[in-house]
Amino acid sequence: MSADLYDGAIVVSILAATLRTMTPLLFSAMGELVTQRAGIWNMSVEGAMLSGAFAAYIAIATTGSPVLALLAAIFAGMMVSLLNAILTASLKVDHFVAGLALNLLAAGLTLFWFRAFISGRGQPTFDGLAPPDWALADLPVLGPILFAQRPLTWLAFLCVPLVWFLLYRTRQGLELRCLGENPAVLDFKGVNVVARQYAASLFGGAMTGLGGGFLILAFSDRFLPDITAGRGWLVVVAIIAGGWRPLGVLAAVTVFAFLEALAIHAQVLGLGLPHQLFLAAPYIASLLLLTHLRHRDRQPALLGEVYRRGER
Amino acid sequence: MTGALMEARGLTRRFGSVTALDGVDFDLKPGEIHCLFGENGAGKSTLASILAGVIAPDDGALAVGGGPRRYGSPADAIADGVGMVHQHFALVEAFTVLENLMVGLPGRGWRPDRAGLAVRARALAEDLGIALDPAARVSTLSVGERQWIEILKSLMEAGRILILDEPTAVLTPEESRRLFAMLDGLKRRGLGIVLVSHKLVEVMQSDRVTVLRRGRKVATLATADTDPGTLTRMMIGASPPPEGTQAPRAAGAVVVETRALTSAESAGGVPARDVSLTIRAGEIVGVAGVAGNGQAALFDMLAGALAPASGEIVIDGARVSPVSPTEMMRRGVRCIPEDRFRQGLVGEMSISENLMLGRHRAAPFRRGPFVDYGAADRVAANVIDAFRIATTGPQARAASLSGGNAQKVLLAREMAPGGRVLLANQPTRGLDVGVVATVHAALRAKRDEGAAVLLASEELDDLLALCDRILVMFRGRVMAAMSARDADVERIGALMAGRQPEAAA
Repeated sequence: MSADLYDGAIVVSILAATLRTMTPLLFSAMGELVTQRAGIWNMSVEGAMLSGAFAAYIAIATTGSPVLALLAAIFAGMMVSLLNAILTASLKVDHFVAGLALNLLAAGLTLFWFRAFISGRGQPTFDGLAPPDWALADLPVLGPILFAQRPLTWLAFLCVPLVWFLLYRTRQGLELRCLGENPAVLDFKGVNVVARQYAASLFGGAMTGLGGGFLILAFSDRFLPDITAGRGWLVVVAIIAGGWRPLGVLAAVTVFAFLEALAIHAQVLGLGLPHQLFLAAPYIASLLLLTHLRHRDRQPALLGEVYRRGER
Repeated sequence: MTGALMEARGLTRRFGSVTALDGVDFDLKPGEIHCLFGENGAGKSTLASILAGVIAPDDGALAVGGGPRRYGSPADAIADGVGMVHQHFALVEAFTVLENLMVGLPGRGWRPDRAGLAVRARALAEDLGIALDPAARVSTLSVGERQWIEILKSLMEAGRILILDEPTAVLTPEESRRLFAMLDGLKRRGLGIVLVSHKLVEVMQSDRVTVLRRGRKVATLATADTDPGTLTRMMIGASPPPEGTQAPRAAGAVVVETRALTSAESAGGVPARDVSLTIRAGEIVGVAGVAGNGQAALFDMLAGALAPASGEIVIDGARVSPVSPTEMMRRGVRCIPEDRFRQGLVGEMSISENLMLGRHRAAPFRRGPFVDYGAADRVAANVIDAFRIATTGPQARAASLSGGNAQKVLLAREMAPGGRVLLANQPTRGLDVGVVATVHAALRAKRDEGAAVLLASEELDDLLALCDRILVMFRGRVMAAMSARDADVERIGALMAGRQPEAAA
């Protein structure tokens, strides 16, 4: 009897952790989905998320305000995506090259500024975002899973239908999808292709920055130079695996987050497998997914193609 | 001039050091089809694009409906009722017809009025005599159906002036006729239509024609007062080179034979299905059909670029196995591919280097273990002279060449001695009369040399002028084979559209 109770508690804990872990991935994935549907193969997600986390850390360590920290995270994410848009949409640089360069830049700059920030005073810690303390959180089973979550987690889930509605039910969404399929169509109608690509990039950067901010405020009390640990890349994989559709991306993010939540509980579960294997599970899953998804017929037709008017 | 829908004076546009359009006047009246006629690079498309607001002129004045205009973007032209159907489809294949009609429609707000738009589209389609399913995905439509959607789209947002840039390039003869019937209907409703074309048959169906040559206007004439010969002379500024005549000759031995040749369904594009054909020495065999009906797969297999899923290729009586590009090259197969820039030439390489590709290991390009660039430049200089290629010299990048000049480089390379089989897929696509004559002459010369030539073209004129026998391909299958002397355009047209002549009769 007591063993059953114990098992039940673990399942609840794993599911609650899954939703928590999904939050930063979902914000970023919904944002970058919009960027990719606009035809920009943004490879700088990891860098934007790291920048968001770092900006949130500096803001909360100096002001103590989680709201300011999240705003700083959004701003930092947008700066990285603005650079990406300048490189890809305006300067017509190869999308992969631009994204990889920005990742290196973000990793180097955050580390440099972090060292400068802590030199001579040691690393300050902070109180991040706490889950709300209310009666619903005390419900059995559903309480810890659904209601002991931070409001931003609920917002992240709300983003899925919102992005779906934007893409498939609005004029702007239709034109955005058109950017990824055949930007010449919009160009011939006098719609400013470059401006739309900037808008889509900035939206993606803001969402990824927010994800990075949530990551540090909800999961940590200090900054670590590699705090994003490849989550930005998982987002890219989730978008491919999800076939560039909001619900598909949600499903892929759920799988990755569930595997990560399992990893956190691996030692408690005592499955007799090395702990490291569980830590690597989301990344192994992403590799397997990609090798099985070689046919990308749902990919926007001109994703990652530099658009120049009248080019053959 | 009173009553003109659109009037332009002294339009000039330069691209770098090239003057694409030089002081051209143009006017369009309601209820007429005004054709822009000229060679590639004569400035037809540039003029059309200026009229539609896609590019801005450096100099000159434009007036629409009597008021002066300076278009900053196509949206300004659309607001004036000027719509353009572009040479390459401006449709999103992954979208439905209705979504395509919605994209970029002027208007504000977040929610497009789907139902209202569908009603308007249906009404207009009925007027034009087009069957329309707003929910169909564009990727499932035939090329002809896509062209109707393009026209519908232009008319929905701009209803006074319709500009069409080479609209029949991708249509079957029957679809072209339908297009002109449609345009006649629009004309009667008072629309002004600008038609860009380099095909004489189409020009002769217009009301007036403006001939352009090297960016300058040669003349504007009432079509009824002119004839194809005069127009051609005006277009190229000289008499065209004479077309050789087609004398019946005794064909030689069978050089190429395919037996039930079939490509894999998954190879991309329409596969070739069960194709059996023979080509004899000194013979040109034509493949008629709208591009995308398996010709590419057939030609790729014959060139060795695509392994057959089943069936076999026999050259000079010996079965080719394995089918690979090197093996085919070794047996003397040469190839002028469909997309000259993507498959035929390397844009970043010079003309010399492109002429060497594939034969750089043999004389005269080889000097010991090295490549002899001096010899390559001499060969290139000869080719530039012989083919009258307009370029700065052997070192010019291939990407800097116009379509016609690029095709001449490709012809020169693939025509070189040693080839016994020449495959030419759509070799005259998008080329003007002058270059087309050069291509025809080259294919004839190769035939007279005793080579076996396979020619696929959407232009029946090409096939009827050159071929000894004609096969018609539809959805990967050979629908019929006939001798060119008995060929009849109506019958080929019906077969190209997938109908057996019994059904067409």
